[in-house]
Amino acid sequence: MNCPEELKYTSEHEWLRIDGGVVTVGITDHAQDALGDIVFADLPEVGDSFTSGETGGELESVKAVSDVYMPVSGEVIEINEALDGEEGTINSDPYGAGWLFKIKLSDPSEIDSLMSAGDYEATL
Amino acid sequence: MTLKRTPFFVCHQSHGAKLIDFGGWEMPVQYVGIMAEHQAVRESVGLFDVSHMGEVMVRGLGACESLNSMLSNDVRTVDIGSSQYSAILNESGGIVDDVFVYRLGQNEYLVCVNASNRQKDAAWIMDHNPDPAGAVVVDESDSWAQIAIQGRNGEAVAQKLTSVDLSSMGRGAIAAGKFAGVEGCLIARTGYTGEDGFEVFVPSEEATPVWDRVLDAGAEFSIKPIGLGARDTLRLEVKNVLYGNDISDDTTPLEACLRWITKLDKGEFRGREPLVAQREAGLQRRLVGLVVEKRIARQHCAILSADGQIIGEVTSGTRSPTLGTNIAMGYVAKGFGRPGTELIVDIRGRQAKAVVVKGAFYKRDY
Repeated sequence: MNCPEELKYTSEHEWLRIDGGVVTVGITDHAQDALGDIVFADLPEVGDSFTSGETGGELESVKAVSDVYMPVSGEVIEINEALDGEEGTINSDPYGAGWLFKIKLSDPSEIDSLMSAGDYEATL
Repeated sequence: MTLKRTPFFVCHQSHGAKLIDFGGWEMPVQYVGIMAEHQAVRESVGLFDVSHMGEVMVRGLGACESLNSMLSNDVRTVDIGSSQYSAILNESGGIVDDVFVYRLGQNEYLVCVNASNRQKDAAWIMDHNPDPAGAVVVDESDSWAQIAIQGRNGEAVAQKLTSVDLSSMGRGAIAAGKFAGVEGCLIARTGYTGEDGFEVFVPSEEATPVWDRVLDAGAEFSIKPIGLGARDTLRLEVKNVLYGNDISDDTTPLEACLRWITKLDKGEFRGREPLVAQREAGLQRRLVGLVVEKRIARQHCAILSADGQIIGEVTSGTRSPTLGTNIAMGYVAKGFGRPGTELIVDIRGRQAKAVVVKGAFYKRDY
């Protein structure tokens, strides 16, 4: 499975791209493959605040439903509106156009507990 | 328990299939993806491994009458070389299994049964056979592999592999012959997908090479191997019921919209009396099709009336790959089954609007 080196990962099969105090979140190639064809994405609202580990949404494929966990604490500042009706993008480009939402970090130290690409790959 | 494998298991592995436990069988759920596989069948042709289905043979002078006493449809109307959808019923009129009955000869029938019910069905037919001497029942499931070639190009693909004239076979017909180099096959124009196509019973010991021969023959039509995931979405779009989801020992064929395979006037048969009583009393619930807004309603989701009373339960649901809408089947109480009725489905605590629709969600004329 493809795991870009520049990203951080969680045990819930999410990736984070860290850009200063803002992180972009998506699901990994492994996660999209396990879910199968995604047909519905229930994303959090812009302005919602979450604590790390909370459920922030869900992804639904033809066969299964999976919760989306908030990998870090903070406020949702943007969601990927382009996924509406084009949820298959999460399958076809999980690390690019298939990103889910962006969070403004409230506790930057949480980044330290995330996994590297190598650590994540070792869990698969 | 060790999962059983079909003669095509090695083919699934080499195609990179995702494998699941389905009724005790290690079966492919998908190869590349449910959507793409579904589309291949709707637009051209797909190849399925359905070897997990069971084959129970009934032979002898009393075969027709014996089967007719245990099946809901009228076996006497099945001509040699044709077939009939039917149901085995219990004493309460509940469905033991839904089956396909093929008449192979004057006194020879093949009853194709669901994988998960194979042992139950074979035992049931033997136990309730009124004429064991005249109707000999043999469970030949282990001797047969089965493939399905489904889609508008199914005939063209299958015809390349047999000298049996497939164009002369109408819907439901079955013929014996050589197929893909294997003698002693049974070729039937039947299927579960809502498309034209064939199901081929192949002697299991020689079956394995047939898989690649069909894929080679279908290459010009971009044939794809299809997993059980797409088999489920395909059958749901045409509102074919699935045993264990939409029908069970606790549902009757009248409730399940299978009145058309239930010949209450054909004479006595097992399960008839409670159905006559149910018909006279009126159905308290029936299986309907639903189109659901936004989310997918899955099995066991509660169905509510517009004013919030629980009036039923979803039995199957998916996103329809062809239509792009969320479709479902479920039982609703009397008074809520009329097409156009607006209902609510509780999907993991959230309420989604649903509307009852008439007939199949998708229909092809062939």
